[in-house]
Amino acid sequence: MSATADPAALVRPAAGGRADPLTVQVLSKRFGERLVLHDVNLVLRAGETVSLVGASGCGKSTLLRIAAGLDRDYTGQVRFADAAGRPAPRDIGVVFQEPRLFPWLTVAQNVAFGIGAPRHDEHALALLAEVGLAAQAQALPKQLSGGQAQRAAIARALYAQPRVLLLDEPFSAVDAFTRMKLQDLLAGLAQRHGVTLLLVTHDIEEAVLLGDRVVVLGSEAQGIVDEVAIALPRPRDRRDVRLASVRAHVLDALHQAHAL
Amino acid sequence: MPAEPQALPAVPASAPPRPLPSRLPRRSLGLLLPALLLGGVELAVRAGWVQGHLLPAPSDVLQALLGLGGADVAGHVLASAGRVALGFLCGAVLALAVGTLVGLSRTAEALLDPSFQALRAIPSLAWVPLLLLWLGIDEAPKITLIAIGAFFPVYMGTLSGIRDVDRKLVELARLYGLAGATLARRVLLPAAAPAVLNGLRNGLSLAWMFMVAAELIAATRGLGYLLTDGRELGRADLVFAAILLLATLGKLSDSLMQRWEQRALSWRDSLGSTPA
Repeated sequence: MSATADPAALVRPAAGGRADPLTVQVLSKRFGERLVLHDVNLVLRAGETVSLVGASGCGKSTLLRIAAGLDRDYTGQVRFADAAGRPAPRDIGVVFQEPRLFPWLTVAQNVAFGIGAPRHDEHALALLAEVGLAAQAQALPKQLSGGQAQRAAIARALYAQPRVLLLDEPFSAVDAFTRMKLQDLLAGLAQRHGVTLLLVTHDIEEAVLLGDRVVVLGSEAQGIVDEVAIALPRPRDRRDVRLASVRAHVLDALHQAHAL
Repeated sequence: MPAEPQALPAVPASAPPRPLPSRLPRRSLGLLLPALLLGGVELAVRAGWVQGHLLPAPSDVLQALLGLGGADVAGHVLASAGRVALGFLCGAVLALAVGTLVGLSRTAEALLDPSFQALRAIPSLAWVPLLLLWLGIDEAPKITLIAIGAFFPVYMGTLSGIRDVDRKLVELARLYGLAGATLARRVLLPAAAPAVLNGLRNGLSLAWMFMVAAELIAATRGLGYLLTDGRELGRADLVFAAILLLATLGKLSDSLMQRWEQRALSWRDSLGSTPA
């Protein structure tokens, strides 16, 4: 029996003593006959933000759903680890493209949904204040704008203080101006909460602005075709020319991978 | 000849929109048609255009009601309303339970739903001989018939409500580890509430209809009995009085149900729900 059979042995302690909180290994994932993911190995390091990009249909959302435990029909392994590197139960918050708020609950009850939505919850109210929705805590979802609803969804995902936040194209349904505000909000939250982010997006600018690494997933089960580390300080400025050059690099990788 | 531009009603573009008619007049619009109809019948009978013993004038119907006496009318109304309430309660509670079970379990659906769909197709009057044979002519067959009437709309509403719950909301709930009874209580039933309440409303109105069928057979009290009595005595005014009471009671109970529906579903973001 080899040493790698022990899942704990596979978890590589990262610099600073904090272990990688999430490792996703997908040997193969099929939809019917079609092979969507093949031999993909993605390791999230503690506290980093990884942007996952690729042409639509390349399986990036599927990879996120596998990590979230929403898709179990694959061969491979998803491993979570605690700060000491020991195997841990799934410890995630998920933000989808749609806010997915329960329309019959108030905003605060939605945020605290994980523990049964009590009437008054200090932690939920604090999170709502942090995402700029203090005044909407007692409102119903139908009273929120699209951007506000997504803020509430982010607050809900952070409520249980997960180590990893999975985001599946979270800002693709809001207008450009709201999107920029939500991106800034997310960057700030990630830093303050020290949470590790996996961001699936089709927006290269967003991927580069928010990511510490941009992982490019090829189409037709090519696996990860490129990885770009972005060592720019935070908070980042959209007008920073260095971001533009990283973006050009990622675009080149995408062009090569997908023959755009 | 072209109209003079000045002749058009001058509404400056900046003028505020005309205020909508206030709530009361618009709501009372529903009374307009019955009032016109009653007035027309009254006029036709008084003028001798139609025979009063076949189509009695509204004033004669009122006379017939008053002639029965307040206690008598109240007795009939209470007897019928009591049967409807009890039958509806039994049918609706059972339908909620069975509808939830069938909605949640594919096996239960495969097992039960085809039979329920067949039973649903049986007309109310077809049940009567069977219920009389089994349960006699007392209250039991009447309550049972009303319960049968109320059952199916509530069952259908609950089933379709649960089936139509947004898959994405269920997926989210599963992320939080919800399953089984907790998932049903915290997500499926609240999300199905609009269809369930709609089913309850339909069930209540069907309960009133089945009540008449039940009382036509063997009753000594109630509005169905009043209908039979009126027919046997050849008194169209009594028949109309009973119909009038049925319409009023049915509308009243439906309005109460509608009000409950609107309050319970104020979270809905739809044209029919009250504005936020």
